Amino acid sequence: MYEAIAFYFFSALTLGMFSVTVLSKNALYSMSALAGGMIFISGFFFLLDAEFLGVVQIIVYSGAVMALYAFGMMFFDTTQEVREKTECKKTLYTLSLFSAVLIVLIVAAPIMGANIEATYPMSAELGNVQTIGLVLFTKYLVPFELAAVMLLVAMISGIILVSKRLDHSITLHDEDPKEEAL
Amino acid sequence: MSSEMAYVIETLVKALVIIALFSALAGFATYVERKILAFMQRRLGPMMVGPYGVLQLVADMIKLFTKEDVVPKNVVKPIFLIAPLIAAISAMTALAAVPLFPEFTLFGHTVRPILADVGVGVLFVMGVASVSMYAPLLAGMSSSNKWGLLASARAVVQLLSFEVVSGFALLAPIMIIGSLSLIDINNYQIGGVAEWIIWKQPLAFVLFVIAIFAETNRTPFDLLEHETEITAGYGTEYSGMRWGMFFIGEYANMFTASFLVSLIFLGGFNPMWFIPGALAIILKVCFLIFFFMWVRAAWPHIRPDQLMWLCWKVLMPLALLNILITGIVLL
Repeated sequence: MYEAIAFYFFSALTLGMFSVTVLSKNALYSMSALAGGMIFISGFFFLLDAEFLGVVQIIVYSGAVMALYAFGMMFFDTTQEVREKTECKKTLYTLSLFSAVLIVLIVAAPIMGANIEATYPMSAELGNVQTIGLVLFTKYLVPFELAAVMLLVAMISGIILVSKRLDHSITLHDEDPKEEAL
Repeated sequence: MSSEMAYVIETLVKALVIIALFSALAGFATYVERKILAFMQRRLGPMMVGPYGVLQLVADMIKLFTKEDVVPKNVVKPIFLIAPLIAAISAMTALAAVPLFPEFTLFGHTVRPILADVGVGVLFVMGVASVSMYAPLLAGMSSSNKWGLLASARAVVQLLSFEVVSGFALLAPIMIIGSLSLIDINNYQIGGVAEWIIWKQPLAFVLFVIAIFAETNRTPFDLLEHETEITAGYGTEYSGMRWGMFFIGEYANMFTASFLVSLIFLGGFNPMWFIPGALAIILKVCFLIFFFMWVRAAWPHIRPDQLMWLCWKVLMPLALLNILITGIVLL
């Protein structure tokens, strides 16, 4: 019973948050609702006893939405409403059509998914994390390692790109022409 | 009474105790902080209200509760009102997965002083505590104030950078223990001071302590409210209890971080020589809180570019090196 209550509670919250994300005209409302919705989704993972995925959902998406905030800060005045120009009606209609088809697919998915069998079923004696580790380091070892190396390369190159200016102090200048003139 | 009902009541009681205890501790910690700073910097600190200034706490509470709750005209109102709540709520939620004391028996009923024993305790606490950085971010962005906006930009930079360092620092001890559960980590260190993980992972300990200073927004790294540069940062437009809520969140986060350090590196709630386990962890947490204040008294602020230099060019390579060496040793 408690699971049902929690499920409907989280569903209502998540749907509400994501509708605010889509319908709101203020960039700050949209981004905050997106962050909230992403965190509420982790509730479903906890309900399904997939704690690891739930926690990863919080960690990954709270960081990702944080980066979105940084972009929002650069591109919008977040206290004002964003005025969209919807000149091209054709794109709008095409996109709406696509979303309608997508919704039909999503509703139809459980019917198709009824006869799916797990190739790596959960075993009772292993925990959540162990099971994920087992699949990750046997079947998906190569993609996992590739993704890890790519992330490391991206991280190091990011540091190198920025670090040229890290040695240069913003506040202390050895030769400041204005000060010499004074 | 069915066992399910008992479980619900027990959980509710634990949740209420956590909320009440840590809100009160936040207030008390402000008094302690002012006193310790005063001793270290040869000032008086609170002296007037009550014996030895102890009632200053009550006076501050009354002041915060009765101050006018000002909401400036041009702010984005709902977000402006929610932001302080996020600080307090996420800090309390993070405490849910922290085992505060060893198990004890009360009226023949074994009480486990942990609200939710999730199998991935460390990740849960780190993840939820990192959500509390949304509070200064949203506060700064919604308050239509340029100091606030600068503070929220700094919040993004600081959180995203030090999240990486603290995650990498924790990875090495977790590799040794092989479990993400805080109770397993604690049980790994049974057997006295010699079994503490700090002796096996001294570098990870130092890196993690530096990272939590940045993540709890404490003084050498509190770029978000740096008074000399950005007035009061994200809190510029806030008044009364809403401002106080940010600080309840900050102090609760400090306590969470102290519990995390003492559980992972300093032996947790295992008995220490003649000291029983519950007292041992309280002593460790008290020392770490004192350490937070000691650092605040002793060190000056740093600049944002120094912070980034420290994070990406010193701490991050060291953390990666630590993981590499741990991996080689474990093989």
